[in-house]
Amino acid sequence: MMKGIGVSQGISIGRAFIIQKKEVTLTGVLLNDQAEMRIEIERFNKAVGNSLREIESIKNNSSSLSDDDKAILETQIELLSDPEIKDGVIEKIESEQKNANDALLEVITGFVQIFENMDNEYMCARATDIKDIGNRILKNLNGSNTSNKQVYGPNTIIIAEDLSPSDTITLDIKLVTGFATQVGSRTSHAAIIARAKGIPAVVGCGSGLISIKNNDLVILDAIKGELYINPDDNLLNEYTIKREAYIKYADTLKTLKDVPATTTDGMQVTLTANISGVEDLADVFDNGGEGVGLLRTEMLFMNRDSFPAEDEQFEFYKKVALQAKGKPVIVRTIDIGGDKNLPYFDLPVEQNPFLGYRAIRICLDRKDLFSTQLKAILRASVFGDLKIMFPMISNIQEIRSAKSILAEAKAKLLQENISFNAAIKVGIMIEVPSAAITADLLAKEVDFFSIGTNDLCQYTLAVDRMNEKITHLYDPFNPGVLRLLSFVIEQGQKNDIHVGMCGEMASDPLATLLLTGMGLKEFSMSAAAIPTIKNIIINNSEIKAKQVYKNVMEMDSSESVLAYLKEIAG
Amino acid sequence: MITKDHIILAPQGLHARPATTLIRLAKSFKSIISLKKGDKTIKLNSMLNILSLTINGGEIITIIIDGEDENEAETAISQFFTEQLKDL
Repeated sequence: MMKGIGVSQGISIGRAFIIQKKEVTLTGVLLNDQAEMRIEIERFNKAVGNSLREIESIKNNSSSLSDDDKAILETQIELLSDPEIKDGVIEKIESEQKNANDALLEVITGFVQIFENMDNEYMCARATDIKDIGNRILKNLNGSNTSNKQVYGPNTIIIAEDLSPSDTITLDIKLVTGFATQVGSRTSHAAIIARAKGIPAVVGCGSGLISIKNNDLVILDAIKGELYINPDDNLLNEYTIKREAYIKYADTLKTLKDVPATTTDGMQVTLTANISGVEDLADVFDNGGEGVGLLRTEMLFMNRDSFPAEDEQFEFYKKVALQAKGKPVIVRTIDIGGDKNLPYFDLPVEQNPFLGYRAIRICLDRKDLFSTQLKAILRASVFGDLKIMFPMISNIQEIRSAKSILAEAKAKLLQENISFNAAIKVGIMIEVPSAAITADLLAKEVDFFSIGTNDLCQYTLAVDRMNEKITHLYDPFNPGVLRLLSFVIEQGQKNDIHVGMCGEMASDPLATLLLTGMGLKEFSMSAAAIPTIKNIIINNSEIKAKQVYKNVMEMDSSESVLAYLKEIAG
Repeated sequence: MITKDHIILAPQGLHARPATTLIRLAKSFKSIISLKKGDKTIKLNSMLNILSLTINGGEIITIIIDGEDENEAETAISQFFTEQLKDL
């Protein structure tokens, strides 16, 4: 068995097809005179021209290209005609007497290194595009046959060091049912294409892949990120059944998009998504999400040199409000500090950043920043159903102070004659144990709670989530955490305010029935998790959920809680 | 010569797809069009040069246009930054 990163979903069983890259090497040949240089420059230009024609022909002759595929091809066309490459190559031919092969190889290698060393995952991945066009020109230079259609048998699983954009775009998914690569990450090109085409893929498997031979029988489990070569009959049978079950399950999930999240006995819950910007919204609606339970606003403040002005922030919130099609969007005010820092905002290094100057604590100290953000959110509130949520609240005074700054922001907008939703709903994150324990008091000050289980768990159990030695202690099923959750939800109900959850626990299928039994009304999670959770809700009853809750609360350890929840999940 | 600042409204920044559109737009004019970020200035005809600058969402860059059709070019490029870029 080999392990890698499963970057798309599904299981595939098929025959290996090895794609090997022919390494082109430097020839070391030096040109003798101007005439030879002219010939080499002409050869290079011709190879670029042929490469351009090849890409144009892929673009025009493939009916199955997605928009992403087309965009990649357009980018490649631009790269092929990039003056930086052309001028670099000609320069090397003319002044260093290199032949076209060596000149191009050096120019491409230079750019690949620059991009691979960039401190930005997206730019690193662009090195693959540059390599890809370099290889294409080189192939044309050396006159080798560069036919784009590889002939595959049915149920082919491609094994390669890495797949270039041209490799993946021309994959025929009727025949190729999966692929595994030695290198790559979740954001690498091959991974993105695998998700777009919906075929199972495992990347970053390491050099162990070279032991696989053509026609080896391969089981590719992209759910677990595992690969089995020439499995025995038992394993093969097991996986054949698993594969069929998965396909059935995936088909079921697809049909759930417009089904309401209601238990068999009519209890309704709301499934929403956690997003970081307007570009995530399409995915939310595709997965049947009913709004946004958490809009993180940190994106707006990162990767820049100074705080964004009110107008720029307004545009950001307005875009989300408009695109959310009237569905509710909970906007969390800035949550920096802890592990999230801004280069232009000089936060001192702290001994315990998670217990330090962060989130609402910064906002109440730097009223100018807070007020700018609140005004921007208020202005955008007329374009949709926005709600405001304060993070890291630990006592009632913080809520009162935040609300009074909000009232000042409203007053300023009134003065400026700018419209906003005066009745905008205000809520808090429950992620500090003191807030959870005083939920009865805090509930009287706000319109809703959203439980942030990640921090609540870390603070309640005194466990640093980043510390590998104690990860086993980080446990949302600890009876202490469960009692806090249950109390917060109960107090929300008593005070007639909405209680949701936007931490990781909301997307944990094992927790769904338990939380429903506690009376949780809204689960907010990554968009992709919504169908799985909905499937659990619609196949169970509120009565069963309440029974599960009752049983769990009588257990004294998370081991027994987990064992029980796994048992009822089947 | 026209010089104008633009803020990058696309959260993912000026990545390959919008850069492709921008280069093609710039190439459609006779004027020489350059992009300045910090102390680096590049001509708007090279994908590699644009990508090397790593222009992120929210950053401010300067566009410099010089040539006979600079006014038309300025209008089109401003429209790219204020409207098109968000959807690319």
